[in-house]
Amino acid sequence: MNKTMNKKVLRTPDEVAKRQGMWLTIVALVILYVALFALDNFIKPSKFTLMLIPVLKKGAIYSLVCVSMNLLNGFTGLFSLGQAGFMLIGAYAYAIFSIPAAQHASVYQYFDGGAIQFSIPELLSNALGANFGSFLGAVICIIIAGLAAAIFAALIGIPVLRLKSDYLAIATLGFAEIIRAIFQWNGLGAITNGSNLLRKYTAFSDMKIQIGSQVFKLSTTFPFLIAMISIIIIVLLINSSYGRAFKAIRDDEVAAEAMGINLFKHKMLSFVISSFFAGVGGALLAMFQTTVQASAFMSAMTYELLLIVVIGGIGSVSGSCIAAFLYIACSEWWLRFLDSGMLPFGNIQVSFFRDGFRKVVFSVVIMIIVLFFSQGIMGNKELSFAGLIRKIKAKKAAKAEKAQEGGAA
Amino acid sequence: MKKFLALVLAMLMVFSLCACDNSSESGEKVVKIGVYEPQTGANGAGGKQEILGMQYANAQNPTVEIGGETYKVELVYADNESDTAKAVSAASKLVAEGVSVVLGSYGSSVAIAASDTFKEAGIPAIGVTCTNPQVTEGNDHYFRICFLDPFQGTVHANFAKEQLKADTIYCLGELGNDYDQGLINYCKEAAEKLGMKVITESFPKDNSDFTSYLNNAKKEGAQAIFAPCSIQYAQLIVEQAAALGIDIPLLGSDTWDNNTIVGATKGKDVQVYVSTFYQEGANPDFEKGIKEWINSDAKNLENNGGNDMLAAVTVMGYDAYMVALEAIKAAGSTSPADIMAALPGVHYSGISGDISFNDIGDANRDSAVIKKANNETGEWEFVAVQKAA
Amino acid sequence: MIEFLHENFRYLLSGISVGGQYALIAIGYTMVYGILRLINFAHGDVFMVAGLIMVYAIAAGLPMWLSIILVLVLTVVLGVVIERVAYKPLRSSPRMSVMISAIGVSYLLQNCALYFTGGLPRSYPSIPFLSKQITIWGATTKMVTVITPILTLVLIFALVFLINHTKIGMAMRAVAKDFETSQLMGIKINSVISFTFVIGCFLAAVGSLLYFSNYTTVIPTSGAMPGLKAFVAAVFGGIGSIPGAVIGAFIIGICENIIKAFGQDWTVFSDAFTFVLLIVILLVKPTGIFGEKATDKV
Repeated sequence: MNKTMNKKVLRTPDEVAKRQGMWLTIVALVILYVALFALDNFIKPSKFTLMLIPVLKKGAIYSLVCVSMNLLNGFTGLFSLGQAGFMLIGAYAYAIFSIPAAQHASVYQYFDGGAIQFSIPELLSNALGANFGSFLGAVICIIIAGLAAAIFAALIGIPVLRLKSDYLAIATLGFAEIIRAIFQWNGLGAITNGSNLLRKYTAFSDMKIQIGSQVFKLSTTFPFLIAMISIIIIVLLINSSYGRAFKAIRDDEVAAEAMGINLFKHKMLSFVISSFFAGVGGALLAMFQTTVQASAFMSAMTYELLLIVVIGGIGSVSGSCIAAFLYIACSEWWLRFLDSGMLPFGNIQVSFFRDGFRKVVFSVVIMIIVLFFSQGIMGNKELSFAGLIRKIKAKKAAKAEKAQEGGAA
Repeated sequence: MKKFLALVLAMLMVFSLCACDNSSESGEKVVKIGVYEPQTGANGAGGKQEILGMQYANAQNPTVEIGGETYKVELVYADNESDTAKAVSAASKLVAEGVSVVLGSYGSSVAIAASDTFKEAGIPAIGVTCTNPQVTEGNDHYFRICFLDPFQGTVHANFAKEQLKADTIYCLGELGNDYDQGLINYCKEAAEKLGMKVITESFPKDNSDFTSYLNNAKKEGAQAIFAPCSIQYAQLIVEQAAALGIDIPLLGSDTWDNNTIVGATKGKDVQVYVSTFYQEGANPDFEKGIKEWINSDAKNLENNGGNDMLAAVTVMGYDAYMVALEAIKAAGSTSPADIMAALPGVHYSGISGDISFNDIGDANRDSAVIKKANNETGEWEFVAVQKAA
Repeated sequence: MIEFLHENFRYLLSGISVGGQYALIAIGYTMVYGILRLINFAHGDVFMVAGLIMVYAIAAGLPMWLSIILVLVLTVVLGVVIERVAYKPLRSSPRMSVMISAIGVSYLLQNCALYFTGGLPRSYPSIPFLSKQITIWGATTKMVTVITPILTLVLIFALVFLINHTKIGMAMRAVAKDFETSQLMGIKINSVISFTFVIGCFLAAVGSLLYFSNYTTVIPTSGAMPGLKAFVAAVFGGIGSIPGAVIGAFIIGICENIIKAFGQDWTVFSDAFTFVLLIVILLVKPTGIFGEKATDKV
């Protein structure tokens, strides 16, 4: 009896909050995935869900890419603008290895069916059954996509990471443009299809799971699953000793070096890991779009990602995720009415609402955030249940104290 | 924290506003037609002209009879920004709005990119001027009312060989644009069969300096330049060819059939030929009507490029809308599945010619109109009706 | 040799012309970077807006001379306003925030342009004198091609004179050398920075008149590529150095056109080449060909 009492005493309120927070997080995630699964399979499509689903998918993808960008820009202090380039490598690597053999002739129509004549999801489908095979194949292709981006990053990193701040930014931006040109080059057409679209590869709608004789769709659950696993890995990395080294480099390079941190090694590690997940994000984006084309991965895409990171708060993982969902939802859903000239309440036509007005409003909001709320939504704090519990408890304690004081008086 | 909560609350408000707007319709029965067109970006100008045709058709025929009941036809717009990356979300918007059939898009790349979204939702789509074969190939839900790249490419090769007596043809297209690259590919095939020498080059997106490309064409001794690209680039090519004093005839595809381009040739020493779907003057009654309608509204006039010259894509937009109405009538319902089943059987004599579909879902068309820009008047002149050999 | 030169003269000519236009934009970058250590990402878009102002001024029926003056004045005003609103409040923040602000301004300008043009490409009015056709050494071209390098050089000599021999020029050099100290010495830092933006935007406006007379369509993204290339030119020549930026711009303009002359498959790399050049120079000589040795302020 006494022993258990002792144990309870030993546990600080902080630890209690942490444990409670963990359980709450798990419960919330279970609810989220049940909801996503239901959205995929049981809920009848309505105007609302049809708009919601693409936003959720793209939001999950952008969350991952923004978190990977944040790892580099927010946690390691390396201002890199090459994200679109790595996404492009990922998207292409994914698409190239997952176009079914039968479709090669039509996709690579200008290049005699292309050089690569197999598809990993297809091979695995033949071996392991259609549903599981294409699921596993897609996962393997996504990992290949990440690796391809990481290898490129390692190659680029050797020269580029010696550069500082804005020179690094402009050099990575340059590399992204060079990558785009290489992928559009007809000389590699047999692999990349030149500048033309890649299509017909395994997409989100092919993600299914068989339980007994029932087949369930996973088209919305899948991107969340991949994005969540990736983000968890990044968070674990940030909280490890490597992560602390990254932050030390961000805060003061000279001091970090004096402390015995190998600058180049850690910068490279951060750069390669960030690019790996950018590649994964690119692969997911390819799955979402169902077609890939190099010309879409312009520097404008990197700017967009950077702005999301800033809105969420540089140095906050949860901030990046929240901002990514908000950004996608606003730009593709909630603010669309600004373009159509129809206000959502009643049918009032307003003449200055026309094509592009949405974007003007949007960029004004972004400027306001950049100038007046430079901390973004979360600053460098994290949103967590443990933190919430702590806050609530602290408030309660304060209230109790006040009440006591009142009572005493 | 407070800031965050305030933000969430604000978002929820916007969100709830958006969620409740579908209840505003009164008792009137409505069938929705999706307009999936670029209104901004490289193809914005062409997309807007195509929409004009649909809007005019909608103004003329605002209702349709389905099973003895009158339905109001409502056009629902989604701007794909001429960008394949924006295609899916634009298409999703139309799907969410519950459209029965989709028209568009101008530009083949975006049409291909959105195709799977429509397919998944089971909504039929009618391509208006997207000429790349990949749009309809292997897709039961995608139909199209215009001719195809293999045909158009061949027409140009034949025209260059027969009319211009060219032995060398220089092809120039935008990188990563399936429309450009497709046409160039088929033109090249046909031209090589005719024993011509073919040189192909591509320029990057948003390029504005074409002088070196034109110089290349001259250096290679090309006798015809085939440049099937967006209006944005076409205008620059015409301007710069004139400035460089290049006297090689420029051949343009259907995108070039636009008043800004023919305007750019006015008073300049440059020969421009285009292949297109329709020749102005072929149906005077229709033209009188649509011109009056365009002139009645400053916004229409602006979208048409500042004057009331009729572009072939506008006519095609009109025909596409009418084909969609025919299909809805034939289906006898507003359900996308029924309309998809009815579409292959639709026969319609449109302004641009008779329209019926083959097994793949392409229109049976075997002729294109070739026009030449008149440098004095700044208008198109009829040259020939070209058939594929 | 002469034969070869004659054959390729037209490429060289357009290279020089584009190079001159890049040079005029590059000066804006290099001066702002020299003083504020800021890559002004919005500079290319200011250049695009200058083009649109001309389009709308002529469309409103203003005479040519008035339109040109309006373009110059409004562009300068725009540049100074951007500096005051978007960069000044962040002067003490980390460099990354200011750069993000610059990207935000660039995004805003592009989207505003998209809104006002309705997404349609706008034709640039032809300025009679500049658009005249001429033939030199067998190559036909517009007058602007010849005017550009001459005008560029004249403006640059004027600018170099201004910087080396006037009071404000001296102040600018002092601020570029050491921001804080010059402030302590009683230099009005804000007016010096504003003046830098005035010069940068004025030259960008002149550049836009020349550039769009050559390439007569203005779209919202018109400024992005020329802006980026001009920036590369500035880095190439050694950021902060005006002659360096000009020489860098001419090299990039000429090389780009020569690559296009290789024909066929190489044209894909005409833009990428600029960036290869950038990376090579950053690795081999990070301060650029004319750059002073950077003193790294910790």
